[in-house]
Order: sequence, then C-alpha cells, then structure tokens
Amino acid sequence: MNASKHIFALLKKDLLLELRQQYTFYGVLLYIASTVFVLYLTIQQPDSNVWNGIFWMIQLFICVNAVAKSFLQESRGRMLYFYSVAGPVQFIIAKLIYNALIMLLMSLVSLLLFNVMLGSPIINFGQFVAIVCLGSVSLSFVFTMLAAIAAKAQQQASLMAIMGFPVIIPQLLLLMRISKAGLGETFKGGALSDMVWLLAGLNILVVLMSVILFPFLWKD
Amino acid sequence: MRRSWWKILCTVLLLYTLVGGLLLDVPRKKILNETIRNIYFHVPLWFGMMILFTCSVIYAVKYLRKPDLTNDIYATAFAATGTLFGVLGLITGAIWAKYTWGKPWSNDIKQLGAAMALLIYAAFFVLRNSITDIDKRARVAAVYNIFAFAMLFPALWIVPRLVESLHPGGAGNPGADPRDMDARMRIVFWLGGVPGFTLLGVWITTLIIRFRMIVDKNLLHG
Repeated sequence: MNASKHIFALLKKDLLLELRQQYTFYGVLLYIASTVFVLYLTIQQPDSNVWNGIFWMIQLFICVNAVAKSFLQESRGRMLYFYSVAGPVQFIIAKLIYNALIMLLMSLVSLLLFNVMLGSPIINFGQFVAIVCLGSVSLSFVFTMLAAIAAKAQQQASLMAIMGFPVIIPQLLLLMRISKAGLGETFKGGALSDMVWLLAGLNILVVLMSVILFPFLWKD
Repeated sequence: MRRSWWKILCTVLLLYTLVGGLLLDVPRKKILNETIRNIYFHVPLWFGMMILFTCSVIYAVKYLRKPDLTNDIYATAFAATGTLFGVLGLITGAIWAKYTWGKPWSNDIKQLGAAMALLIYAAFFVLRNSITDIDKRARVAAVYNIFAFAMLFPALWIVPRLVESLHPGGAGNPGADPRDMDARMRIVFWLGGVPGFTLLGVWITTLIIRFRMIVDKNLLHG
C-alpha cells in the first residue's frame, strides 16, 4: 500500500503545482481557443468528415503541447529528488494519471468549443463524448511515454512530434473510424465494439510498456 | 568455407527465385496477369523486414538486460537493414499497385502500416543522432525500439483484419492469399523467395555490424 501512497503523493504534487501556477491549463486553453478561432475564420462550418478529421488532429497537437511540459518542467535536481523518495514505477504511473486527467479536461473543452464555433455534426452526443474520453486517454498515455524518452535527448519538442506521429497512427485511425458512430454512421454488428476493445487493449499495452521500460530511462 | 555455407545458399536461393520467378509458368488470373510474379519479390521483402525488425528488438531487450555496446550495434544494424527492406517492399508494392489497382498509392491500410513502420524507424535513427552520450544513446534508443515495436505490431497484424483492404486475403488473412498461388508458385515463394531474401538481409546486417565493430573498436575494448 506504500506504492499507492507514493503515486497519490506525486499526483497531488503535480495537481497542486498546476493549481498554483495555472500555467499549463490557461496556456493550453488559449492554444485551443485560438486554434479553433483560426479554424472558424478559415473554414467556418465544415461537413462532418472534415469536422471529425480536424477535431482529432487538434487533439493530437493539444496532447503534444500539454503532455510535453510534464517532463520538461522537471529539472535535473528535482528528478534526483524524486529518485531518492519514490520508485520509477510509481513516478510514471502518477505521470500517466495526471496527463490523462489534463488531456481529458482539454478534450472536453475543445469539444465544447468545436461545437460552439464550427457547428455540431454530432448526432449521438453521449456516444461521441465517451469516444472522446477514450481517445484523449489513449493519446495522453502514448505521449507520456514518448515525452519521457524525448526528455533524454536534445531538441525535445520537435523530437516528440517525429517519434510520436508515426506511433500514434493506428490509434488515430481507429479513433476516426469509431467516432463516425457518433456522427451517425451505422456499423456492421460487432465491428464497433471490436474496435473499441482493440483501442482499450492498446491502452493497456502502452501502460504496461511504460511501466516496464521507464525504469531504464530513469537512471542516469 | 564451413562458415559461409549460408551465404552460398542465399546466392543459390536468390538466383533460383530470380530465374524461376521470371521464367516458370504462373496461373493466369484476371487483372493480376503476369504481375503475379511480383509476389516472389514483394512479399518476401516484407517477411524479411518483419524478421529483421524482430531481431533488432531482441538485441534491444538484450542491451537493457546487459548493457553491452555490441548488442546496441547489432540492434541498430538490424533496424537499418529492416528499413532498407521496408523501402524496397514499399517500392515493389507501389509498382505492383500501379498495374493492378490503377495507382501506386491508394491509402490502403497495409500501405499506411508500411509507411508508419518506416517513419517509426526513421525517427529511431533521428533519436539516436540527437543524443551524444554513447551509453545513454544506446539505452534510450533501445527503449524507443521496444516501445515502437510494441505499437507497430498491432498496427501491422490486427488493424488490417478489422478494416477493409485492397490486398488479397481480405478480412481473414492479411498476408499472402493462398488461393492465388498454385503448388509450383508456392515452392518458389516459400523455398526460394522468403528464405533467400531473409538470408540476404542477415548477410547485409553482418557486414554493417563488422564495419561498426571496427569503427567503434576503441569504445568496445578500451
């Protein structure tokens, strides 16, 4: 039970930092708002296919921005401190949970803004929100691990995009397919739940890989 | 002589694939016609790529278990040859697609998977070059290698089964469609093409490894 206490403490520290500095939250919020506004100026009310594609692309960029910070903000000295008080597994699990929470919030905010400014092609709203939640969690999991890797190299921000975009393609393709259900497309019986289960399975795989591989990145 | 038997075998198999693949009789299929011969070259390149990438990951795991720079050199060399095979597979596929599907690229799910694999390994080499410390580079590269491979595997083997594809085999089998090959073709394919190209990949890799070992001699023994 010591482990869960550590995870909780690390998570609380990240959340407290966020509440006090309010840098990521407002930064990313402004990022979403200005992106959606520019989109509104350029394409106004796109049809549902374009809407869907743009929505997930924007989620991808929000994720890169929001998650990248979580490792870059930790200075060398602070990492050394975490190293002495907690294990690598607890550290990465806390980061995974924190980034999932942030990304969940950001996705829902951007969904709201998309609906207000770019029109709402969504037919089955409840289903679409559920898909957005699942999607934002999968994006944040993958990019948490990639941020951990990129933090070890130079030119971290561009490296994250280079490493992340090819890796995220299967999830993104699946998400775009699934989210068409919320836009009114009907699927063959079982096809939709198959894809949702595959996505959930991929998420579990990413978490497992992070827990197994992060301890090797941790030591310097 | 005893140690190079597999190199002779590789040359013989590839010669057999080349001559047999171009001259032996093939079944007449609609649309495919004579392009079916490309199956001897295009598909074995993908088999080779998957095998080489798998070898690369095995050496990455070995490096993390026992940090020895030799393992890192092996993993990188296998990844390099795998990328080369992937590029060749993509080009042979695009040529084939031009004559059968009408255009070289049609966003088929397996084309996307192949492009993804190449981008992932290109990123692998960029990541390696961005870290100067040798031990850290080897460790971080090994971690990314394993992580990317774990992500790549479902993309290449599971997702193509769920969505529609232009490739033969359809929803059931994303690999070669057994219905299109008759017994003679299968002999050239499984006995000539697949082992021949895989052995060629290993041969190229061993040359890269030997070269790297000489370049990094001081690091390995100093």
